[in-house]
Amino acid sequence: MMLAEKQTMDLIYQRPESLSDAITHYCPGCTHGIAHRLVAEVIDEMGLREKTIGVAPVGCSVFAYNYFNTDYVEAAHGRAPAMATGIKRVLPDRTVYTYQGDGDLASIGMAEIMHVAARGENITVIFINNAIYGMTGGQMAPTTLPGMRTTSSPNGRDVELSGYPIRMSEMLATMDGAGYIVRRSLHNPANIRKAKKAIRLAFETQEHGLGFSMVELLSSCPTNWKVTPNEALTFIADHMVPVFPLDDFKVHPAIANLKV
Amino acid sequence: MAKQLLKGNEAFAEAAIRAGCEGFFGYPITPSTEFLEHMAKRMPELGRAFVQAESEVAAINMVYGAVCTGKRAMTASSSPGISLMMEGISYIAGTEVPAVIVNVMRGGPGLGNIAPSQGDYYQMVKGGGHGDYFPIVLAPASVQEAIDQIGLAFDLADKYRSVVHVIVDGNIGQMMEPAELPPMRPLPKDVPEWAVNGAKGRAARSLSSIYIDPKDEEVTNIRLVRRWMEIEKNEVRYTEYFLDDAEIAVIGFGTAGRVASSAINQAREEGIKVGLFRPITLAPFPKKQIEDLSKHVKSILVVEMNSGMMLDDIQSIVQGRVPVEFFGRMGGVTPFPDEILDEIRRVNTNEAVINGQVRAEWLDRLEKLIEEGK
Ligand SMILES: Cc1ncc(C[n+]2csc(CCOP(=O)(O)OP(=O)(O)O)c2C)c(N)n1
Ligand code: SF4
Repeated sequence: MMLAEKQTMDLIYQRPESLSDAITHYCPGCTHGIAHRLVAEVIDEMGLREKTIGVAPVGCSVFAYNYFNTDYVEAAHGRAPAMATGIKRVLPDRTVYTYQGDGDLASIGMAEIMHVAARGENITVIFINNAIYGMTGGQMAPTTLPGMRTTSSPNGRDVELSGYPIRMSEMLATMDGAGYIVRRSLHNPANIRKAKKAIRLAFETQEHGLGFSMVELLSSCPTNWKVTPNEALTFIADHMVPVFPLDDFKVHPAIANLKV
Repeated sequence: MAKQLLKGNEAFAEAAIRAGCEGFFGYPITPSTEFLEHMAKRMPELGRAFVQAESEVAAINMVYGAVCTGKRAMTASSSPGISLMMEGISYIAGTEVPAVIVNVMRGGPGLGNIAPSQGDYYQMVKGGGHGDYFPIVLAPASVQEAIDQIGLAFDLADKYRSVVHVIVDGNIGQMMEPAELPPMRPLPKDVPEWAVNGAKGRAARSLSSIYIDPKDEEVTNIRLVRRWMEIEKNEVRYTEYFLDDAEIAVIGFGTAGRVASSAINQAREEGIKVGLFRPITLAPFPKKQIEDLSKHVKSILVVEMNSGMMLDDIQSIVQGRVPVEFFGRMGGVTPFPDEILDEIRRVNTNEAVINGQVRAEWLDRLEKLIEEGK
């Protein structure tokens, strides 16, 4: 009877093949894990697993190479786009993507990300914007909101002293070499679904050879924001989205018309 | 293939192509720029990768990415650019992937100038980047030698999964000399078993330089040191000139060694028993050979285009067995053969003394030379 019951069960949810079965070190309530899963689902759905090479950053996702079941390299802090360029140029038929945090991409790696887009390098970037340096214990990031408390802006980010948050997607969308630049958020299921579609279109941009693609994902860091996981999601919706609007900043016409 | 008149940097670049280099990533800097320019022309012709990067930081990380796929890739730069690359070089060493880096050295520190120098000896030979690693360092003294050693550099890099530096000063990069290029080597069909190129029909692989548990890092460090000891055993290279009956041994690498050989020819005509020992591998350093040499000669004269960096290494090998004297020019000044000849004469007639003041005495003599307008 047990056997018969098993045979009628439909498998509707499982680990994507592109994710490994390693237990991640991410904090409870951190949306890095959700982003990983979305990327893995897209790689599976597009049948790219065996030709994908990921480039991990320095940041909380430094061990991304352990969590994905694809080939991976681990870059120096901020240099993932340069490393991805080297890989893509010698293996142009592989799918190459970087996965980077905001300190990695928008601070120390600013030159590398701008130029990889300017060159129209046919790679994809998954950009996790959590407005803070997670790995090093919650210092101010270039994306930290005005007034936001971090360990290196203990009285709240004073724009007179440390400037304003950087909007990377808006800036990168000005690059002729970019084919697909959008910002999405991971703070609720509806937005997660939109994020997944965007990740799909970013990889489609690469597979169609349409130039640089990036999905910026507003992401939570309950640990360093010093709030509960739930409060962190509300914080994204209430405070991050107004500063970092969810939008399509550049979409290649061929991708705009693509049905996926 | 017959000898042609070849310009240093261009010939080195062509030699790299013929050795199977499939990716070049660089940033313009005098006196190495012709290297990049040659690559800009030739690599696309051959369907190989060329990127003028936004900086040397990006260039070395592009090399890092490319070599992780198992392909031969390289960069070429000059001193300030190499400083910027040190982060990436350390990561490459920590990941144990092969890479070839050419440094056409110029005067420094700082922005310095674009004239030939050997002032990067410490940076190149002792590591330069952070952490425990040991690069192989080749120091050719002519266009032909550099051509040959660039092929060798790729082979050594692959064999030991090591960083290999080829260092020349601006003279060798800029000069035109008759030399012969090697034939084009076919590109390898096999991909190394560690390479990251897409997990097609195999388990996924990753390459990184992170070992978060110190115990794992230490095991890696041990592997790197053991590999280095193997390199020290197998790969020491040097040339000797008139050393058989020499009472004075001049030791110099690259251009300094080459200029010294002209001085030695003249000194021999004057009946001075002097010869040249020219290390080709600065790392691994020919320690044993220099130790043996110090047992057979009466004195040693080290000649460099820096403040006596290799001098320190030689003194520690010779351990006061015989006097070690020094002559160097710095700041982008290349010594003339007659300056070295005068030094050889001085060492020959004066009883050289071991008084621990080698550098101070050299500086006094150098300042006098400069006063005389040399
Ligand atoms: C050259 C260098 N400088 C500084 C660091 C220290 N460091 C590690 S991760 C990090 C910030 C990471 O923040 P982010 O990119 O926002 O990623 P998150 O951890 O928030 O996911 C810093 C400064 C480093 N590893 N290397
Ligand atoms: S520190 Fe923040 S970003 Fe890092 S794993 Fe924890 S919650 Fe996520």
